[in-house]
Amino acid sequence: MPRNSIQPAVGPETTALRLPRKRMSKWELYSRRFRRNRPAVAGLVIFAVLVLFALVAPLLARYDHIELDFLNLGEPPSGEHWLGTTSAGNDTFAQVAIGLQRSLMIAVAVSVGTTVISAVVGTAAAYFSGMFERLTLLLIHFLMVVPTFLLLAMFSNSSGGDWRIISLIMILIGWFFPARVIWTMALSLREREYVHAARYMGVPGMKIVLRHMLPNIGSLLVINFTLGVVAAVMTETGLSFLGFGVKIPDVSLGSLIGSGANTITSAPWLFYFPAAALTLLTVSMALVADGLRDALDPTSAAGGRA
Amino acid sequence: MTNALLSVRDLKVSFPSETGTVDAVRGISFDLEAGRTLGIVGESGSGKSVTSLAIMGLLDENVRVSGSITFDGQELLGKSDKQLSAIRGNGLAMIFQDPLSSLTPVFSIGDQLIEALTVHRKLSKRAAWARAVELLETVGLPNPEGRMKSFPHEFSGGMRQRVVIAIAMANKPKLIIADEPTTALDVTIQAQILDLIAKAQSETGAAVIMITHDMGVVAKTADDVLVMYAGKPVEKAPVHELFHRTRMPYSIGLLGAIPRVDKAEKQPLIPVKGNPPLLINLPDACPFATRCPIAIDACHTREPDLVSVDNDEVGEHKTACIRSHEITDGGLIDGHPVFPVPDIPERALAGVPREDRPVTLEVRNLTKTFPLMKGAFLKRKVGEVHAIRGISFDIREGETMAIVGESGCGKTTTLLQIMDLVEQVDGDILLGGTSVADVRGGHAERTLRRDIQIVFQDPMGALDPRMTVADIIAEPLRAIGTKKAGSETRVDELMDLVGLDPTHSNRFPSAFSGGQRQRIGIARALATSPKIVVLDEPVSALDVSIQAGVINLLDELKAKLGLSYLFVAHDLSVVRHIADRVAVMYLGAFVEHGSVDEIFEDPQHPYTQALLSAIPIPDPDVERTRERIVLSGDLASATDQVGGCSFASRCQLFKVLPPEKQARCLGEVPPLTGPENAHRNACHFR
Ligand SMILES: Nc1ncnc2c1ncn2[C@@H]1O[C@H](COP(=O)(O)OP(=O)(O)OP(=O)(O)O)[C@@H](O)[C@H]1O
Ligand code: SF4
Ligand code: SF4
Ligand SMILES: [Mg+2]
Repeated sequence: MPRNSIQPAVGPETTALRLPRKRMSKWELYSRRFRRNRPAVAGLVIFAVLVLFALVAPLLARYDHIELDFLNLGEPPSGEHWLGTTSAGNDTFAQVAIGLQRSLMIAVAVSVGTTVISAVVGTAAAYFSGMFERLTLLLIHFLMVVPTFLLLAMFSNSSGGDWRIISLIMILIGWFFPARVIWTMALSLREREYVHAARYMGVPGMKIVLRHMLPNIGSLLVINFTLGVVAAVMTETGLSFLGFGVKIPDVSLGSLIGSGANTITSAPWLFYFPAAALTLLTVSMALVADGLRDALDPTSAAGGRA
Repeated sequence: MTNALLSVRDLKVSFPSETGTVDAVRGISFDLEAGRTLGIVGESGSGKSVTSLAIMGLLDENVRVSGSITFDGQELLGKSDKQLSAIRGNGLAMIFQDPLSSLTPVFSIGDQLIEALTVHRKLSKRAAWARAVELLETVGLPNPEGRMKSFPHEFSGGMRQRVVIAIAMANKPKLIIADEPTTALDVTIQAQILDLIAKAQSETGAAVIMITHDMGVVAKTADDVLVMYAGKPVEKAPVHELFHRTRMPYSIGLLGAIPRVDKAEKQPLIPVKGNPPLLINLPDACPFATRCPIAIDACHTREPDLVSVDNDEVGEHKTACIRSHEITDGGLIDGHPVFPVPDIPERALAGVPREDRPVTLEVRNLTKTFPLMKGAFLKRKVGEVHAIRGISFDIREGETMAIVGESGCGKTTTLLQIMDLVEQVDGDILLGGTSVADVRGGHAERTLRRDIQIVFQDPMGALDPRMTVADIIAEPLRAIGTKKAGSETRVDELMDLVGLDPTHSNRFPSAFSGGQRQRIGIARALATSPKIVVLDEPVSALDVSIQAGVINLLDELKAKLGLSYLFVAHDLSVVRHIADRVAVMYLGAFVEHGSVDEIFEDPQHPYTQALLSAIPIPDPDVERTRERIVLSGDLASATDQVGGCSFASRCQLFKVLPPEKQARCLGEVPPLTGPENAHRNACHFR
């Protein structure tokens, strides 16, 4: 065999040796960088506790969030009602747990939706360029000047407070900002040689977008998703606070804070407990997003340090 | 002590990193006297740049530097930034590879020169200006007075490097450190810049450290040579000694791996197997042992010291190899070559004359113009760039056609036009007889694409970092609808073919070295069994020792599979080695086209002649005695509409022609003339 004329490739004498003994996998590296960021780790722990609380607390609670306890109207926290009751007799503990659950569901659904749509639209616009790109950008720029929050308020009000419809509307008005950011990122990707290579092999355009472009902005998408959760929680809270969000008997952190704000002097617990849950949720997610950015993005403030 | 200007003793540099301490430089010592040139060569990552940065005191604070660096009687290590900058200003100058990064973009070059002149000594505004103009004149910048107010981005790479050299000369340096000063430049410009550095040296009497990976540049410029490997010098000798009495296997490998423009017979190149070690926790052994063909047990037990070859203390020729004394001239050991010469199989089609072989790719009158746009908001067309101006050629089965030319001449554009299957207005591209104009629809296009595949220059950028090697190689197969089972066996077959271990097919590209990645790219290109493979500078991003292996592979694949290559390169040595036919391109048109031996043995066009004479040959005797044509000026711009020969502005023949003949050069575009498929050139007077 004339194999001897070709130098051996990966083998004991080449790559394997070149790599340091304890070669770190990508994930090890990411998690190591993430763990170095203390606040991010704290954020992750807080977030986990909140999720756990939202899932488990309704099972532990003595009352569910709809049930009215006519013997305890507007009571402060007690052994019976751990976080007090509303003036109608709802158990605040159960309400906060369910509200948190609902807010989380909306936030995750919205963030998944916007991330997926913005990623596909942004990268596809960059890859296909030409007419498609120009039309997409035109649409995005048009949507940017539309007062979307007002539209959102209108539509969600007429939806009767169904959280699924609210999420859908939030996705529809939330995808274009990130889409534009992703488009700018993807512009450099479309000039990568492996993208050209795929095109010259005859791989169809949409496949190139899904196979080569999307995975390579993966870290950006993860960060976008995390920040998207924070933004969605805030938007939903804003809506519900103004009374356009989820409607009784369904509750979310926003609607709880909204009604609690009215009684802040007479029954402060109605405001402070949901507000505390909200603050913990957004702050923890923001910290996690920050940590992810440092861990995944070599050009961030943490630098290219391993 | 000696009267050395610079004396480095046991210099060690290490960088902290997460995976461990990187020992980038592990003990290097040398003396350099005024007026002499020390060449430092070695592969990427061998510590060349770090050494120079340490001498300049430009390393970060968290970097550990030990040893001693005495310059002009002063110890540099341990000096504060301020003291160092005073010393630098009065005698140390550095020329970097990328001239753009060493000039500040927001200041005019005049300001930057004047600042360099006045920062360390008192000089009136007037005098500084006058001296600056004088310096620009010395470095050969046309119209220096007018150029003082220009900004760096207005210059071409070669001109910027001239400005950097002018700045370096400003303070009458005693030592000039040039780190790959010409790597980013074209050969004709490289020749100018190397001459200029030599001029700067002779004018200032400075010592020069010339850092390069190009043995030709070393042969041309250096008095003494230091070969570095894994952060240590492994051979140190006067230049003649090093090239003619090489005693260290790594240096022998480096020299054997370079294709030569001045050698006609096609011997296979001698690749050095494997890769350099990582510089973390190196064992106490010869760092080259894993790649060394003559390694013995003792090599693995202790790292050899750099000692004199002749076993005496005073000898100038030193190596770090325990078997040096057994090696004789010509890289032989016990009468056998240190590196076994690989054999390349005979070409299957070698006996068939060119005319009898089928044409795989034919290009007729290919043109491409880019509109030149201006204006930030409303873009309007203000002109045209004629990137390709009507080129025609054909490639037969089993043949390699190379297009050579300086950067910006339109090589890559040509390839992309072909790969994009762009329909031509007044010409055609035919793949195996099918015109691209007849291709309609995705299916027909995919069928055509099976026959033509591409290998890119940058082995990293061409592979999707998030896909495994198996997926990467299988991608073209999937694109043409091959079933998974079929593609899996094909992937193994291909990896075997290009010399990769198929059991590594589930790894990601980042686990492979540059040369291996390029092999993956080649395997991918071969997946659909194409008839023609387009190669865009496939080895220019690789180190010479690795490059040789890839070139041999390409040679072998051509012989085995009867492939045709369309090969684009700026390195003429590689072209001479691999090509059967060559076209020399200048400003979007072929100026000479013929068989490889015709072009290299008997260049006709003045541009080809200049190009060939500009390549440094890795042999100091040949290099320093040959006649060379140094072109003046830069590559003209493709926007200029020329009524005559586009090369006239730089042509050395033009300058000696009588006026009436010059008028013809300027007034009439010379066509590519000569018999069909023979040696043709585009010059009126050749
Ligand atoms: N700032 C840094 N931090 C960590 N490691 C570094 C740093 N700079 C250089 N190194 C490492 O030091 C080693 C030597 O690098 P150096 O730049 O001197 O190589 P070189 O011989 O100049 O290579 P090239 O031919 O690519 O310019 C390499 O392993 C490199 O990765
Ligand atoms: S010391 Fe041994 S391994 Fe190192 S170069 Fe010499 S013979 Fe080869
Ligand atoms: S035509 Fe005139 S200018 Fe052009 S290459 Fe020939 S001699 Fe030189
Ligand atoms: Mg370097």
